Amino acid sequence: MTLPLAVLPAGKVLSVGDLTAMVKGLIEGHFGPLWVRGEILQCRAWSSGHWYFTLRDGAAQVRCCMWKAYASRAGRPPADGTEVFVCGTPGMYEAKGEFQLVVTRLVPTAAVGDQQRALERAQAALARDGLFDAARKRALPPFASVVAVITSTDGAALHDILTVTRRRWPAATVLVLGSRVQGDGAAAELCAALRRVNRLDGVDLCIVGRGGGARDDLAAFNDEAVCRALAAVRVPTVSAVGHETDVTLCDLVADVRAPTPSAAAELVWPDARDVRRRVDDLAARLAGTLTRRAQLTEEQLERAGDRLQAAVEQLLERLRHQLDRRAAQLDALSPLRVLERGYAVPRDGAGRLLRRRADFISGGAFLLRVSDGDVAARAE
Amino acid sequence: MTAESSSPSLAAQLARLEEIVRRLESDELDLDEALALFEQGVACLREARARLAEAQLTVRAVLEGADGSLRLSQLDG
Repeated sequence: MTLPLAVLPAGKVLSVGDLTAMVKGLIEGHFGPLWVRGEILQCRAWSSGHWYFTLRDGAAQVRCCMWKAYASRAGRPPADGTEVFVCGTPGMYEAKGEFQLVVTRLVPTAAVGDQQRALERAQAALARDGLFDAARKRALPPFASVVAVITSTDGAALHDILTVTRRRWPAATVLVLGSRVQGDGAAAELCAALRRVNRLDGVDLCIVGRGGGARDDLAAFNDEAVCRALAAVRVPTVSAVGHETDVTLCDLVADVRAPTPSAAAELVWPDARDVRRRVDDLAARLAGTLTRRAQLTEEQLERAGDRLQAAVEQLLERLRHQLDRRAAQLDALSPLRVLERGYAVPRDGAGRLLRRRADFISGGAFLLRVSDGDVAARAE
Repeated sequence: MTAESSSPSLAAQLARLEEIVRRLESDELDLDEALALFEQGVACLREARARLAEAQLTVRAVLEGADGSLRLSQLDG
């Protein structure tokens, strides 16, 4: 049977592709990432590394795919019947017209329980041993120049730290201790790296961290052994687990918690501009001390000169005084002063002193010296 | 094992300079001491400025050898 063409609305026939594209647009425009709980059915890992499986519960099922980059972090493909949490974004596989969930995270529910219990145990043990105590937090050195960084050598965290360091404090030395930060063996590698820091001399502080990650990826930073190794680091420590919302046990043990690796770098390095200002300031102060010292010395010299002059004047005054006294003494002894008191001195015409009776010749003339001159006299 | 900073760190240098300036400002020294200290201050200052100017970020990987010894190497992945 054929329908008359007239019943078809002209120009409004969709292709299958148009339809699926429309539905895809609706679904993907409406939903973001969601957490879904379900049971795994037929999980297949392809040689490409992608996983395909079905997630179901008693009421329904949905096709899921997990791209290689995410599947590689999820461990081994779960067996049928495993109950899991998945985080995924609803989408449409147009080629098959299938609604699907594009999964980025897959965690067996049992593992979550185990992880949660392990976390709580570790937290209690660390708290009991005082590793979270505020009293044991050390201050960061105001002026770090050599910093040890423990993180993955190919992660964004290292790149971010180096970028900030280059801008802020180009004179820095960064010692990188590479370590896996997630997955099997990450905790052991972090412990080894933390212990290695204690064998480095001249390190001012230690940053340990990673870029932003999913919650189960932070497991190594919640590991009790890692926390204890972190607490045993001899220099101040900064945790930089780039996950703003989740606080890890390492964050609680570290002396300082930075929200991201970039923030850690901002925290630990001085700003070169501030340091230049400080150097300029010190230079000005140093020059100032010399100027001041020169002034001070000049003043001291002037004062010394003044005192010297005063001392000389005083000495002269004293000498003059002594001289006056001596002059007075001499004056008192002068023969003239004796004459003034009424004594007279007889002398002959030649000026010789007539001291005894025999010196006088009867009827002879002699001179009598009195205070204001000579008097002519004659002996009887 | 020691990180590569052989001479005193810039931090130590600035702290020393700060100390020198403080002592010079205190006037407690006689002239000869003050002049000697001033000279040290100038040397410190020169060194600090040179450090700031040379400013080259050093990045090294710390690697552990089979014998357990640590060594530094260029970081190039």
